Formats: sequence, C-alpha cells, structure tokens
Amino acid sequence: MSYEFLQILWFILIAVLWIGFFFLEGFDFGVGMLLPFLGKKDEERRAIINSVGPVWDGNEVWLLTAGGATFAAFPHWYATMFSGFYLALFLLLVGLIIRGISFEYRSKDAAPAWRNRFDWMIAIGSFLAALLLGAAFANLARGVPIDENMMFTGNLFTLLNPYGLLGGLTTVAIFLLHGANFLGLKLEGELRERVNGFARKLWIGATVLYVVLGIFTYVAGFWNNGHINPGVIPIAAVVVLLVAGYFINQKREGWAFIMVALNIVLTQVTFFSMTFPNVMLSTTNPDWSLTIYNASSSQYTLTVMSVVALIFVPIVLAYQGWTYYMFRKRISTKKENLVY
Amino acid sequence: MDTVTLLSRWQFGLTTIYHWLFVPLTLGLGWFVAFMQTRYYQTKDETWRKMSKFWGKLFLINFAIGVVTGIVQEFQFGMNWSEYSRYVGDIFGAPLAVEALLAFFMESTFLGIWIFGEGRVPEKVHLASIWLAAIGSNLSAIWILLANGFMQAPPAASYVYNEANGRLEMVNFFALVGNPKAWIFVWHTLADGLAMAAFLILAVSAYHLVRKQNLDFFKRSFQIGAVAGLIASTLVFLGGHTMGQYMAEVQPMKLAALEAVWETEQPASFSLLTIGDLSGKREVWSIRIPYVMSFLACNNFTCEVKGVNELQATYEQLYGPGDYVPLMVVTYWTFRIMMAFGFVMMGASAWFLWNTRRKDYENAKWMKLVPFGALALPYIANASGWILTEMGRQPWIVYGLLKVEDAVSPNLTTVDLLISLIGYTVLYGSLAVAMVYLMKKYAIAGPEAAMHESVDAAPALIGSQD
Repeated sequence: MSYEFLQILWFILIAVLWIGFFFLEGFDFGVGMLLPFLGKKDEERRAIINSVGPVWDGNEVWLLTAGGATFAAFPHWYATMFSGFYLALFLLLVGLIIRGISFEYRSKDAAPAWRNRFDWMIAIGSFLAALLLGAAFANLARGVPIDENMMFTGNLFTLLNPYGLLGGLTTVAIFLLHGANFLGLKLEGELRERVNGFARKLWIGATVLYVVLGIFTYVAGFWNNGHINPGVIPIAAVVVLLVAGYFINQKREGWAFIMVALNIVLTQVTFFSMTFPNVMLSTTNPDWSLTIYNASSSQYTLTVMSVVALIFVPIVLAYQGWTYYMFRKRISTKKENLVY
Repeated sequence: MDTVTLLSRWQFGLTTIYHWLFVPLTLGLGWFVAFMQTRYYQTKDETWRKMSKFWGKLFLINFAIGVVTGIVQEFQFGMNWSEYSRYVGDIFGAPLAVEALLAFFMESTFLGIWIFGEGRVPEKVHLASIWLAAIGSNLSAIWILLANGFMQAPPAASYVYNEANGRLEMVNFFALVGNPKAWIFVWHTLADGLAMAAFLILAVSAYHLVRKQNLDFFKRSFQIGAVAGLIASTLVFLGGHTMGQYMAEVQPMKLAALEAVWETEQPASFSLLTIGDLSGKREVWSIRIPYVMSFLACNNFTCEVKGVNELQATYEQLYGPGDYVPLMVVTYWTFRIMMAFGFVMMGASAWFLWNTRRKDYENAKWMKLVPFGALALPYIANASGWILTEMGRQPWIVYGLLKVEDAVSPNLTTVDLLISLIGYTVLYGSLAVAMVYLMKKYAIAGPEAAMHESVDAAPALIGSQD
C-alpha cells in the first residue's frame, strides 16, 4: 500500500470514528441534557438513564479511540490540536467526568438531594461536552492561528468567535433533538408522549440554528477551504433534517431518529470533505496548515495500524451492535421492572 | 526547570497517581467477581451469588472513577506534552490506539451487559460478560504498560531516529510489544492488582467477622482473599526482583539512586538506612548490609553495582553536560516503603491463611487490626512503586532519548496550568469524597443490601413494591 493511500485511509478512518462518536454519543449527550427537564419523578429519571445505561460508556470509547487513532496516525495533528485547545479540552474533560461518574453514582443513595445533584451534573456535563465539541469542530472548519512550527498561537478566546459559538450551540440543539428521538424509541406511556412533545419543539430550534450555520459556512467561504467541494452533501443534510420534522409530527419515531442520525452523519461528511487534505487549517498562513501529508506517522506505523484496525473494527462493531439488539426493548417506569 | 514544565509534571503526577489508586482494584477485583459468579453458575449455591453481587457492587463503585479519570490520561499527552507526542507519536501512539480499540471497547461494552443484562440475557452470556470485562480491563493495562515500557526502556530494535523530520519512527512493532522490561512490569502490575483486590476483600471481611455478621459469607471471602493475597503478593515480589536485574542493565542510574549507591561497589552492600544532606544528593551517614545489593541487582552476591557518581560521569560524556541523578530522597524512600509494605503483605496473608485452619479465627485479637491495616498496605505500596519508577527515570521522559524539559507543550502558560491543576484537584477531591462515602456505606451494609442498587432502597423493597 502506498504511503499516500495509507494517509488518506487513516484520514477516512478517523472521520469514521468521529462520525460513530457523534452518532452514538450524540443521543446519549441529548438524553443527559433532557434528563432533569423530562423526568419529574425518580422512576422516570431512572428509566431515562436506563435507556443509555448499558451503552453510554461504550459510546464514549469512540472518542477515546478517535483520540488514540489520531495520536498513532497523525501525531502532529494530535499534538497541535490537544495542546492548542488546552482549556477547551480541560472543560470537555470536566464535563465528561462529571456526567460519567453521575450515571454510576446517582442511584447509589436514596436521598432526593443526592440524586437531584447527580442528575443535574449529568445534564451540565453533557451540555458542556456537546457545546465544546461543536465549537472545536467549527473552529477546525474555520481554521485557527498556527505558526510555521505547527504551533497553535491563539488561546481559549480565539476559539470563542461567533462561528465557533454557533457551531457549539447548533451541536447542542441537534444532540438534544437526537436524544429526544432516541428516548421516543426507548420509553413508553406518558413519558413517551412527553418526549415526543419535546422533540417537536426542539426540532424547530435545531433546524433554525442548523440552517444559519450552513449559511454562515457558505457566505464566509469556509466550505471552500480544502480541495474537495462537499457538493450536494450539505443540502442533503438539510433535507433529511426537514424530513425528520415531518416524521416527528407524524409520531413515526423510528424514521425521525434515522433522519436526524443521517443529518449528523452527513454533517460530519461535509466537515471532513471540506477540510481535506488539511487536518488543521492555519489562518495565519495557509502554507503552515497541518495536512494528512505533513502530520502523519511513518508508512510502517500506518501499515501496522491498518492491519490492527482491519481485524478489530469489525469485531467491535459486531458486539456493540449486538448490545443494542440485546437491549432493544422499551423501558417502563414501573419500579419492579427497572434496573436501579 | 521552568514553571510550566514543573506544573505540568505535578499535574501529570497527581492525576496519574490518583487514576492508579482505582485501576489496580478494578484489574484484580474483576477476576474475583467473575470467579464467584462462575462458582454460583456451577453449584447454584446462593452464597456464591451473593458474593458476586456484594463484591461486584464495590467493584462498580471503584470502577467508575478509574474510567472517568482514564480519559484525562489519554488526552494529557497531547495537551501538556505536545513535543513528546510529536517526537514519539509514531511509536507511542500505536499501543494507545490498540488499547482503545482492543480493550476499552471490550471492557465498557461487556460491563454494560453485566450491569443491565441479568435476567435479560441468558445466564451463560451474563457470566461470560463479567469475564470479558475483566479480561478487557487487564488487556488495557497490558497495552498502556507496553507504551510505558517504551518510555522506561526503549527496545533498540523497535525504532530509528529520522534525521529528516527530527523524530523517532517505529521500525519493528514486535520489538515494541515484545519489550521484556515492559512484560516484567505487566507481571508486577497485574499481580499487584490481584493483591490489592485480595486485601480489600480481607479488610472488609474482617470488619464483618469481628462483628460476627454473615459468618459463612465472609469466612468464605476471607479464605479466598488469604489464598489469593499470598499467591499475588509472592508474584509481585518475584516480578519486582526480576525487574531489579533488568534495571541494572537498562536503567542503572535508577537502581543506584533507589539504593543510594554513590560509588561503584563490588560486592555491593544494601543500605538499611542512609541519611543524605539537604540537597538529597550527598550521603552523610549510613548503615549497610554487605552483599545484599549485589543479590538484588544480579541474583548473585558478588557482582559489581555501578554508583551514582560513575554513572553521572558516563552520562555527561554520552549526552552532554547536565544532571542525570534523580531526586534521591524520593527514590530511596519510596523503594523502601514499597518493599517493606510488600513484605508485610506477603507475611500477613500467610498468617491469615495459616489461621483460617482454626474454626473461630474471627475471635482472634489481631482480627481487629485487619480492616484498617489490610486496606492501607496495598495502596501505599502501589503508589510508592509508581512514584519510584517514574521519578527514578528523571530527567528522562524517554530513557536516554528525550528529556522531560524538552517534552512540554511550548504554547502553554502558567495561567493555563494553574486553572487545570486547581480544577483537577477540586474535582478529583470531590470524586474521592463521594467514592469513599459510597464504598464505606456498601461495604458496611453487607451482602443483603447489595442485592439492590441502593442500600437505602433495600428495606422498602423487601415484601412490598414501594
């Protein structure tokens, strides 16, 4: 396999890992943010958490794998991005830590104050993580200041530009909608009705933000930063989001879920195609950008990693898929049926 | 050393030691829970089922912290040590990616099935899921130790220095994963996980035995803990002893520093007590046992052990001027604490095992000391061992290839570091408070309560729905 082929392959593989992460953890971030607003009684909240209980940790591993794969395949990308986005990533970690620990600890004590505190930590942690990931990706699309030594020269406030903030908020809104659709599929009875009502309202906000983000990207010319024109993919992304609205109103939860999931996938495909072959665009001087060619590992390392990925990715997909199949049943709020 | 490097080191050290307070218990306790559940599956003896539930509950409370603090570990290489990541990413990134793909997915997915799957998946699948989760977490330890092994003792056959781009590149993956030093670390560490779990089981069981609660349940647990504790702590010792000889070969400076051997000696004596001056770098006074150090370093009583002064001179010739001596007051004392506590663990578990022959050993006076003592030993020994091995490699981040001071992210400011360091300290402190509260509560509440998610919900559920 030629060196260039491997570099492109690993760019695609990392894109796939991020797509998997946003698709999967997207709904469990959404579920987390909805938790204190949707669940009024303790059993309701437990039912909501149980909808992602068996899978959230596995979903988060997609992020760890994306991080590990970036380190292995594009060390300069990993080094520049992680050190450059230092405080943003620190806050992301805080978000992930408080939500992760709360999933496991919230039911281990019956005091309402204890449970309520952890429920809010799940919501705040999920919000923080979604916001920061969205802002980080928007900034990657927009470009960040990088000098000739591949060093990020900005700070936290560089990332808090209007486009970055809009990207963050849109991600939050889409994940909320994605989570609501997922819960519509997993819950039953009154709670299911309630979440479907939430989905209708969330759809409006998410769609507005999404369209504004799209227009911003187009007008500012960010879509033209790389070598590949994303073409009709972003338009398709808008279309599936509009179709999702139709299905939400028709209460066809399965189709609504699929459409928003498709929107997330197509958004990521748009992002990665409009960056390619850059992995981090320099706004200081485009010649100083990190690309898949100057940021990658050696041909040998990429070959080894390709063999490893070829063997293990299918196995992981098989058993993760099987888990979702195992836990496909709807969750009732009857106490005797709940795994606490 | 500038402030950013210093704060980065403190942050990495604190977050890593913290992370590693929880991980060994995860590594070890998973095997015990899997074993107990297997015994239930084979015998249908209800006590085994309760044992897997009770110890499983403590396993989960502990597991959660290991997981959430683990994400920080993976991110920190890039966040704080970007120059390190550029220089060795070609090699070091690979085992990290494999760890995520091979181990993290397995551990998290099957643990999810184990927690939520009882009664929903077939009993065999439920049993298999705890085994797979235990295997997954131990696999992850193996891969991160292989990565760490490269930092401690980079195998010469695994890498070349690429002059064109100024970084190390991997040339042989099998040399990286076959690194003998790393495998001794794996042996030492996985056995240590087992020992830690065994001692937690001993401590909690003793607490209940002293109070004559659930005697059958906790006597069985105590016996398992004593057998496993003896085997595991012996394995830890043998692994550590083997490591000593490798160290003489690949990291002679660490060996000399942990022993306070100033001048090259043949045969070398073991220092029982050495008092250094305030700089921690000069000996003032010491008591020594002849020959023992030679035995530690090369398994015979007469070999030569290189001293700090000679090594410093050699390194200056090899790598240029600089200070190549680790902070000796730390290496010297952590080594002694680790070793002393390790020996006490071996002796204590042998003593426990010997006493379980008696029918009423729970009445023995020494039992009252076990709950606290057995808990403190492995944690202190473990933390000391890691401080020794990581500080003993200073000033290197990759031994002989890259210094810590050249590895730090150049764009970070003192303010960045203060925010994150204070943030982690507050957050990790709160996590520890919640964790210790829950551990204590569930450990004290005993096996009946563990059959339910929350101790408090248990009484209400017995006999009624609400």
